[in-house]
Amino acid sequence: MTKAKRKRLIYNLVTYALVIAAYIILQNMIGAKTISRSLKGLLVPICAWIIMAVSLNLVIGFSGELSLGHAGFMSIGAYTGAIISGWLLAAFDMQDPTLRLVLAIAGGGIVAGIFGVLIGIPVLRLRGDYLAIVTLAFGEIIRNLVNVLYVGTADGQLHFAFLNKKLPADVTMLVDGAKGAVKIKPISTFTVGFVLVMITLIVVLNLVNSRAGRAIQATRDNRIAAESMGVSVTKYKMMAFVTAAVLAGMAGALYGLNSSTVVPTQFTFNQSINVLVFVVLGGLGNVLGSVISATFLTVLPEVLREFADYRMLVYAVVLILVMIFTNNPLIRSVFGRAVAPVKGLFRGKKNSVSGGEA
Amino acid sequence: MIFLDHLINGLSLGSIYAIIALGYTMVYGIAKMLNFAHGDVIMIGAYIAFCGLQYWGIPPVLAILLAMVFCTLLGVTIEGFAYRPLRQATSLAVLITAIGMSYLLQNIALMIWGANPKSFPTTFINGSNIRIGQLNISSATLITIVANIVIMVTLTLFTSKAKLGKAMRCVSEDRGAAELMGINVNRTISLTFAIGSALAAVAGVLLCSSYPILQPTTGSMPGIKAFTAAVFGGIGSIPGAMLGGILLGVIEIFGKAYISTELGDAIVFAVLIIVLLVKPAGLLGKPMREKV
Amino acid sequence: MKKLIALLLALALTLTVCAALAEEPVVLKIAHIGPTTGAAALYGLATQHGAEIAVDEINAAGGKYQIELITEDDEHNVEKVINAYNAALDAGAQMILGSTTSKPCEAAGAQGYVDRVFFLTPSASSTAVIEDKDNVFQVCFTDPNQGSASAQYIAEHKLGTKIAVIYNNADVYSTGIRDTFVEKAAEMGLEIVSEETFTDETTDFTVQVGKAQEAGAEIVFLPMYYTPASLILKTASDKNYKPIFFGVDGMDGILSVEGFDTSLAEGVMLLTPFVATSEDERVKSFVAKYQEKFNETPIQFAADAYDGIYILLAAAEKAGITAEMAPEEACDLLIAAMKEIQVDGLTGSMTWDESGAVTKTPMAATIVNGVYVFED
Repeated sequence: MTKAKRKRLIYNLVTYALVIAAYIILQNMIGAKTISRSLKGLLVPICAWIIMAVSLNLVIGFSGELSLGHAGFMSIGAYTGAIISGWLLAAFDMQDPTLRLVLAIAGGGIVAGIFGVLIGIPVLRLRGDYLAIVTLAFGEIIRNLVNVLYVGTADGQLHFAFLNKKLPADVTMLVDGAKGAVKIKPISTFTVGFVLVMITLIVVLNLVNSRAGRAIQATRDNRIAAESMGVSVTKYKMMAFVTAAVLAGMAGALYGLNSSTVVPTQFTFNQSINVLVFVVLGGLGNVLGSVISATFLTVLPEVLREFADYRMLVYAVVLILVMIFTNNPLIRSVFGRAVAPVKGLFRGKKNSVSGGEA
Repeated sequence: MIFLDHLINGLSLGSIYAIIALGYTMVYGIAKMLNFAHGDVIMIGAYIAFCGLQYWGIPPVLAILLAMVFCTLLGVTIEGFAYRPLRQATSLAVLITAIGMSYLLQNIALMIWGANPKSFPTTFINGSNIRIGQLNISSATLITIVANIVIMVTLTLFTSKAKLGKAMRCVSEDRGAAELMGINVNRTISLTFAIGSALAAVAGVLLCSSYPILQPTTGSMPGIKAFTAAVFGGIGSIPGAMLGGILLGVIEIFGKAYISTELGDAIVFAVLIIVLLVKPAGLLGKPMREKV
Repeated sequence: MKKLIALLLALALTLTVCAALAEEPVVLKIAHIGPTTGAAALYGLATQHGAEIAVDEINAAGGKYQIELITEDDEHNVEKVINAYNAALDAGAQMILGSTTSKPCEAAGAQGYVDRVFFLTPSASSTAVIEDKDNVFQVCFTDPNQGSASAQYIAEHKLGTKIAVIYNNADVYSTGIRDTFVEKAAEMGLEIVSEETFTDETTDFTVQVGKAQEAGAEIVFLPMYYTPASLILKTASDKNYKPIFFGVDGMDGILSVEGFDTSLAEGVMLLTPFVATSEDERVKSFVAKYQEKFNETPIQFAADAYDGIYILLAAAEKAGITAEMAPEEACDLLIAAMKEIQVDGLTGSMTWDESGAVTKTPMAATIVNGVYVFED
């Protein structure tokens, strides 16, 4: 075993171990009822945001493409999940919530994956900021379309309508245009969320360390060199993009089924930006970093509640300061020397991303 | 007649996008960063002008100048405190900082001016609507379009003739070489932020004169649209930002008028995607060079 | 001897303390949940401020009940509202005044239904807020109620027959009113000649107004809040288009927008339960206190929340809620009490039925010379 390989193995094991340990501790706290309501309520969203961050990291950190429309895939997953779950309940009277949840998550992933392919084909022809803006555009288009989508179920059939609500009179509404997905029975659980996080980690870490993963990173680091070595750039970028879309769709289904309602306005451009913040703060290409920063930044605004009206102000200041402190070479070198021994263990692939090749 | 009406509305909206897009494109061209807080500088500029007109009762021209001066200082301060320490960092790190700055400005505005929307006083340019037959052109529209042309011409002259303008182009072309030629890169970048922010103040006043509602989130959506416009026209290019902005405005109005108001934004973004697929560097953008 | 005196003193002291305790008022813990940051902060801050005025009044009056107001921000977000709700319960809230906006209220109310927590929303008006939940009550009208009342008013007063509707299709409030308005209008023989939409991000209304003008609409129905409405009025004035604009309760507030040219709103009609310029003594006193404390004119949301606190107080009194009662315990008692109380508030005289919807009468007002004039 080479040194690099061993280092990677340790990094992966540490990542899995930390997530599992967190799960066990939290489960015990739930069992012993020592957990606060607020924290308990945050568990499923945290799982969903971790999956979002890790999957986006696959696109940005490993494949080197800046995507600003990740929330679009999440919304596809959330809507698909809500429709599947509502339909299974209404048409087949499927009472088992876990089975419904698993099917809904699978469905959310598949549909988001299909959209990932459809969007990926044109998008991956572009590079840099142009790619970024096109993903942003797709995210906004998805939101705009979902806003005029009506879905209902009657007699075991699903009915779809677009732009106007021309559905049979006796349908049970599942998606009601601007009112979003309605009357969802919340069935997401922390355990399913945890399993999904583990699946995401396994998929992403294995992909990154596989032959395909090395090809993806090669195209990031030097596209032309990779191409001349016979690596099919588009194929591998597509692989990363679609995998990320599937994972985001699954996260969306988990997230959507955690609430009684889902609205298009939850998946705006700002939400994509939030996930991007998780990824950059956690470190590009650093999976464990994404897990930690997604958790930290989801919990932070809740912890800041005591600042009341000032809390978003404080959040903004914290964000700016953290970025300056972790990225300024001078401050970083001082800070780096202090924590070097710890950091060496956790460091993933180092930065370098094509934010713009111009 | 209806068609002409829509066209003029489109040009007016497009001109506002264009002025905002200029701010994005200049900063991008020189500092190679997407300044997400630009839309919020616009909002602050509009608030300052609002205070001038509504509270202090100063003449409109003075209020606009005051807003420009304030935004210039604000832009330079933001650049100095938040972006300069990150000059060596990845463009994404700067992007996130800019997003943080955008949140910060919005929340500061919320704190100072409250959440209740203010109605921007437009009486100072109203009352002289121009009528040609059935066509009705509001003076705000006219002023917006004229201001747009003036700014565009001035900026083009500045970057091609003035010494500082040439320095800006030089930094944008090759920062390292510019430094070797004795150009003060930091000062040039500050200057760019100053110009961009002053333009933001003008854009804020024009935006709020046409659409007179002012609240802390006023700048965000026009900001995103203008950013799209800048990419559309080819980011980094001044005429490109102009063209992109105006086209975006016209497409938005026509899409709403002739296809569907429900899908207005979707149409705009769909056109953008098609254009970028055909011309991957935007309408007037320089094709990307690849260093092997 | 010294010991005896000390003992007696101690005894006396204990007795006084006990006596004081007996008269100690019951402190109710009410949590206000609403968006106090972000794009909908305007509404959340209005309800929070309105509630604060009511709480100040009640606490200063020193009656049997005192109120401790907990405030939580939900950012007008379906995910964050659950966090806000949980944080409120962690802070010891016994009942919720909120959430301010419809979708978050729907989500939190559903969670409250499972946990058995009582909700009174000042301003979340969609039917989904109260549907299938016995724990959620409203201070404001439900949207369908407003839509059909508006159509009926227009038809009965023969204001015109050609109607244009402009509504926000990304907003539950707006689409909710529009749906029943269109339905009722067809029933009453009114013709909808143009229907156009916009979203929260829309700044340009030239197309929507232009289409109404082109279709020759005599009435333009605006089921929306006053922010976009003020832009529509401005656009119409630029286009020299002067139909009757008919609004709903979200329109109130348009006259107090700082810098707004009130001549633009001349002749606008609206159905609303509250206007800040009313001559009613209680409204006057509320508006004065609000202006003094927050330096703003209260909008209808603030009045709804002000009433909300008094409604919660009346219900708590009826149900005999004590300071130690857990939210789960208080919930069913409050639900039962709500059906029995009648509250005369700033927004009218209110009663409630099983569904959680309020019964009160809207008033039709017309804006003349920058003030509201009420019809009979």
